[in-house]
Amino acid sequence: MGIEEKLPAGFALTTVETIAGLARKTSVWPVTFGLACCAIEMMATGTADYDFDRFGMIRFSATPRQADLMIVAGRVSQKMAPVLRQVYDQMPNPKWVIAMGVCASSGGMFNNYAIVQGVDHVVPVDVYLPGCPPRPEMLLNACIEIHKQVRAAPLGVDRVAAAHAAEEAALSAPSLTALPPTHDHLAHLAAPSGKNLLA
Amino acid sequence: MADEMRREPTFFAKHFGPVGGFGITFKQQFKKVITEEYPEQPRPTQPRFHGRHQLNRHPDGLEKWVGCELCAWACPADAILVEGAGNDDTPLEEGGTGRFSPGERYGRIYQINYLRCILCGLCIEACPTRALTMTNFYELADDTRGKLIYTKEQLLAPLEEGMVRPPHPMVAGMKERDYYQGKVSGATEDQRTYAESIQGHTDTDEPEVEAS
Repeated sequence: MGIEEKLPAGFALTTVETIAGLARKTSVWPVTFGLACCAIEMMATGTADYDFDRFGMIRFSATPRQADLMIVAGRVSQKMAPVLRQVYDQMPNPKWVIAMGVCASSGGMFNNYAIVQGVDHVVPVDVYLPGCPPRPEMLLNACIEIHKQVRAAPLGVDRVAAAHAAEEAALSAPSLTALPPTHDHLAHLAAPSGKNLLA
Repeated sequence: MADEMRREPTFFAKHFGPVGGFGITFKQQFKKVITEEYPEQPRPTQPRFHGRHQLNRHPDGLEKWVGCELCAWACPADAILVEGAGNDDTPLEEGGTGRFSPGERYGRIYQINYLRCILCGLCIEACPTRALTMTNFYELADDTRGKLIYTKEQLLAPLEEGMVRPPHPMVAGMKERDYYQGKVSGATEDQRTYAESIQGHTDTDEPEVEAS
């Protein structure tokens, strides 16, 4: 958040966008949010064997105010959710979130009352990373995906326009019930009599 | 007293001692780099690494899986959705739906939710026909939940040399048992003409929907 956000739209802004995107992409500072076994793999990704630093992700900070990227590594319990949200709120804009591992992404195999069924209930998630836990290469791959998003992130008025467009799209999207079914639960009704596809 | 016992530092210790630690850093330059250059040169995984799933085919292109749903029952995270349907040998003109696998049933719908799947491999152990196996592919990260539900088309193994895309009948004279005993080595001319007659092409050349 600086002077680049105040530029009017046009040639200057797109140029600054390119430069700022490159600069931001090459120095994404993650905030540690290790909650479970995924945190071990996240630490392994920081070691010399895999080496986050090659991508400019120099510093695993425990200080959200100096971070751009939150890697939620592990299952988030209902009790941890407000803490997670607070840490996210303390990060300065622009910020990104990776949901690392199936538990953070969707609750994973812990489909129960204690675990938040995906951190996207609490914070907006930019990249979902499956795996239990994901190997360090998978996390690196997710970081590269994040870098692509950071690289293309719009600035200033462009960002406001993009946010408006996203909101428009979300509001005008058909409801889930109006979408075609991913599979046909009622196929047995349409099937010829005497033949039950679901039997 | 202790001051009297301490010896005067030598010339080298006095002048190079403070920077002696940099020697470690300097030596490091000549060591072999152990870092994996991930996106450019990924290290191969172990051969039995549990990666993305794959649905396999018989040598003539018929699908291996039989719609038994054992993988879905075995899954500890409830990540798999299977819906079987019956194979139908009645001709298509008479309303048949075609044959996709040898035997009685095939998997009509198959979905794996990779945001639930913990890649434990219990589904592979449960599979009676080796229809479901795992590959070493692991680059699965994506930006929406929906994209990470992989469907049958994405999981299905590509057609190899000598395979014909189902639906088509079994190899003439072969029973389901013969498929599992390895007596079928590839698609026959009958199957090829059948597939051509209903699909208008044989399929070894057609690009398969490849999930990446």
